[in-house]
Amino acid sequence: MPRHMKASIIVFPGSNCDRDAAVALEAAMGKAPAMVWHGDSDLPKSDLIVLPGGFSYGDYLRSGAMAAHSPVMREVVRRAKAGTPVLGICNGFQVLTESGLLPGVLMRNATLRFICKDVLLKVERNNTGFAGHYDTGEVVRFPVAHKDGAYFADEETLDRLEGENRVAFRYCEASGAVTEAANPNGSRRNIAGIYNETGTVLGLMPHPERLADAALSGTDGAKMFASILETLH
Amino acid sequence: MSGAARAAREAQGLSEELIAEHGLNAEEYALLLKELGREPTLTELGVFSVMWSEHCSYKSSRVWLKTLPTSGPQVIQGPGENAGVVDLGDGQAAVFKMESHNHPSYIEPYQGAATGVGGIMRDVFTMGARPVANLNALRFGAADHAKTRHLVAGVVSGIGDYGNCMGVPTVGGETNFDARYNDNILVNAMCVGLVDANRIFKSAAKGVGLPVVYVGSKTGRDGIHGATMASAEFDEASHEKRPTVQVGDPFTEKLLLEACLELMEEDVIIAIQDMGAAGLTSSSVEMADKGGVGIDLDLDRVPMREDGMTAYEMLLSESQERMLMVLKPGSEPIAERIFKKWELDFAVIGTTTDTGHFVVRHNGVVEADIPLPALAHAAPIYERPFVKRDKLPVIAPEDVKAPKTILGALECLMGSAHLSSRRWIFEQYDHMVMADTVVRPGGDAAVVRVHGTQKGLAMSCDVTPRYCAADPFEGAKQAVAECWRNITATGALPLAITDCLNFGNPERPEVMGEFVGAVEGLAEACRALDFPVVSGNVSLYNETNGGAIPPTPAIGGVGLIANLADMATIALKKDGDVLLLLGAETGHLGQSTYMQVMEHRLEGAPPPVDLEAEKHAGDLVRGLIKAGAISAVHDVSDGGVLVAVAEMALAGNRGVRLEVPLPEMPAHASWFGEDQARYVVAASAAHADAIHKAASVADVPVRVIGSVGGDMIALPGETPLALIALRAAHEDWMPRFMANG
Repeated sequence: MPRHMKASIIVFPGSNCDRDAAVALEAAMGKAPAMVWHGDSDLPKSDLIVLPGGFSYGDYLRSGAMAAHSPVMREVVRRAKAGTPVLGICNGFQVLTESGLLPGVLMRNATLRFICKDVLLKVERNNTGFAGHYDTGEVVRFPVAHKDGAYFADEETLDRLEGENRVAFRYCEASGAVTEAANPNGSRRNIAGIYNETGTVLGLMPHPERLADAALSGTDGAKMFASILETLH
Repeated sequence: MSGAARAAREAQGLSEELIAEHGLNAEEYALLLKELGREPTLTELGVFSVMWSEHCSYKSSRVWLKTLPTSGPQVIQGPGENAGVVDLGDGQAAVFKMESHNHPSYIEPYQGAATGVGGIMRDVFTMGARPVANLNALRFGAADHAKTRHLVAGVVSGIGDYGNCMGVPTVGGETNFDARYNDNILVNAMCVGLVDANRIFKSAAKGVGLPVVYVGSKTGRDGIHGATMASAEFDEASHEKRPTVQVGDPFTEKLLLEACLELMEEDVIIAIQDMGAAGLTSSSVEMADKGGVGIDLDLDRVPMREDGMTAYEMLLSESQERMLMVLKPGSEPIAERIFKKWELDFAVIGTTTDTGHFVVRHNGVVEADIPLPALAHAAPIYERPFVKRDKLPVIAPEDVKAPKTILGALECLMGSAHLSSRRWIFEQYDHMVMADTVVRPGGDAAVVRVHGTQKGLAMSCDVTPRYCAADPFEGAKQAVAECWRNITATGALPLAITDCLNFGNPERPEVMGEFVGAVEGLAEACRALDFPVVSGNVSLYNETNGGAIPPTPAIGGVGLIANLADMATIALKKDGDVLLLLGAETGHLGQSTYMQVMEHRLEGAPPPVDLEAEKHAGDLVRGLIKAGAISAVHDVSDGGVLVAVAEMALAGNRGVRLEVPLPEMPAHASWFGEDQARYVVAASAAHADAIHKAASVADVPVRVIGSVGGDMIALPGETPLALIALRAAHEDWMPRFMANG
């Protein structure tokens, strides 16, 4: 088992899932990731960068908008463009869209309310560094916890994402059927997560790190971290 | 006292009206003059008014609170600090407290509830603990009252937004609807934190010449006189008090939490106190008084959000997300560096002194100079007259009408305002952040793993207001017993409670009688169950135009599961398992949910609580869980045995086949009676014999009531009720209610 992979988790003021991500990564990698403060412009050499969930800067402006302009993000964008894998979870997904690494935007949930519950997701593709341990078409269970999780992009962008096979996960029924009833937040085309052009940047609203431990009633999320570990080596 | 201050006082001319507006009656003002030895300045009057308010001084409740049991080998810190602390073994401890934010939440539900959550979390992390769980106990008016929906939406959203942003899971609570809360809702928030037992921070500022440091948000005009508002009744003009409601900023609190915990890693803090009710005044007075020192404050150094605030306003502001600390001399740069990193305000605003006085300067003028004991200890203590009401008659089971069908009644109860699913509420709370929530909302008690260990904290908030209204003594006993049962039903050993005592106007003898009865009930139950009170809060004057709320002593309990492998949940897990009822049955329907929903009345005595029977049944259940003898367990409370069974069936998505009940009472009394000290357990047939034997040894009645299997609730002689229909009824009420706005 390779133990020398280095992961970094970016901590913004108001990040609150940074520890959860660190615990899940350490469980998968056997080594604690580096916790990198947003104000640091020197990011350690990393094989994986994680933007965790939370409410960066309180999200009083548009979610993720302030964090996208923090000093460390310039370096994250540069590394991402050079091919370093970046995983953005929940608020991290919002930061990725706000910083232009992923297209679209996360809008207020259709119900206008915060929603915290387990949802079912259809794995749309598994030939990436994040999803190798899943089967394409597999239905997995992750929790969501957000108020601004409705994925929105114009029709042209959505068509392009689908055409380039860049949808990572969609909200679905237990049967795998992608229906309106299975969509917790009003996301366009039930999109829960997307990749960049090269499949090296993944942003998703659901939280794989929250169901990565058998004591917490599910381990579907652990497969993502196992995938990352294996594929990156 | 300076000449300038004297001149100011003379210029002010404190009129009788002004004194009355500050909530001080003639005797109290005379006492103030005696303590101070002169007329106060307006600023001093304001300081006295908040420190002597009911909210801060507990002047009506203190003599009774002293009768509560507060100690035990598990108690590290009892009442008197920001929160209570219990021992979890292995050098770990749980810090917890529940507090009311009733008055502000009625006036401005979103901010009122949000700042209630913010305040209770500050109480916990002030002690050095990282908050790991929030709970809340909410009482709203009748579902059909015009304001209820608006209040529910605002309160739930306020609680959610604050806790969610902080990244602390909101894991449990309870919600009632009752017309007696129409004009006075209750929002009681509880927070539980974890700390190393040898790193607990307290509020005694011991030592002279130490720097007094202000950190967190800037001070503004919000919340001035909040503590005084919380010490008076409401009337038609209460909505004009909206400006006295504070505004919350959970992002700043998150920064404050991380900054405080980071500073606590350094050995520099002598005392720390959050600025809650009565803000800067209360925090500085309490720290200096507990440390036996005086304190000098220079208001010119306080970080301000707006210009032109007077000393009076600054001392009484309840701006949120602020802390006061007394540091070791010379350590200011270490603290400043950490608070600057977190982009928070940091200012040295005073020093501790040997004068024994609370001295405040502003613009070079001494605005207040008061002996500390006058503020901290001289508040009048009232032994208010009280009358206890007569006990209500016990209603015989036969005097409560039977339903057409038992299962029809079950469907009604499970789909009622009182027992329907609270999913609409708890899904707005992030209950999974921190990735240690082992049992999510909806069970008996929530369970959160002690991070990095296999230990679990079981937590529950309980009180049954309709019982307390009928009999404050038995009702308070029941609140403690139900909390103890809920924690026990996870397999946890209950450790201690926090109490949040919500009552009407104590100056009315009948209300004071309710308070006295409830405290006596609490004391008796806590003693019998070895479940001491380690922290709490009293909220009086919950009444409008003379109409008081039902006595509502909300109990928040914490228990410890030594090994999460030995934990039980309510979900039925295996077809073929036997269902057993533990505990004695009398078919008590007085004050029951059945009577309330099916007969639209609430009459008679509530179920009596036999504390010895509670102890026997609970200890038995805990032992059975540890022995691995049972596959599911649920305590019996609102709605009786059949509602408990239905909740277990829904949680496990498995049906049950029930047997005919006891012949000596009407079937509806057996299924819906609310006798206490009972649990429903599920076990394999192989274990059922052992359970019978153990129950017999423990002197706990036991009988088989059915078995697990199928996808319906089946009862002899009735058409079975499909789980899918029961679930629809149970889940439908709350979303439908909230959507009909």
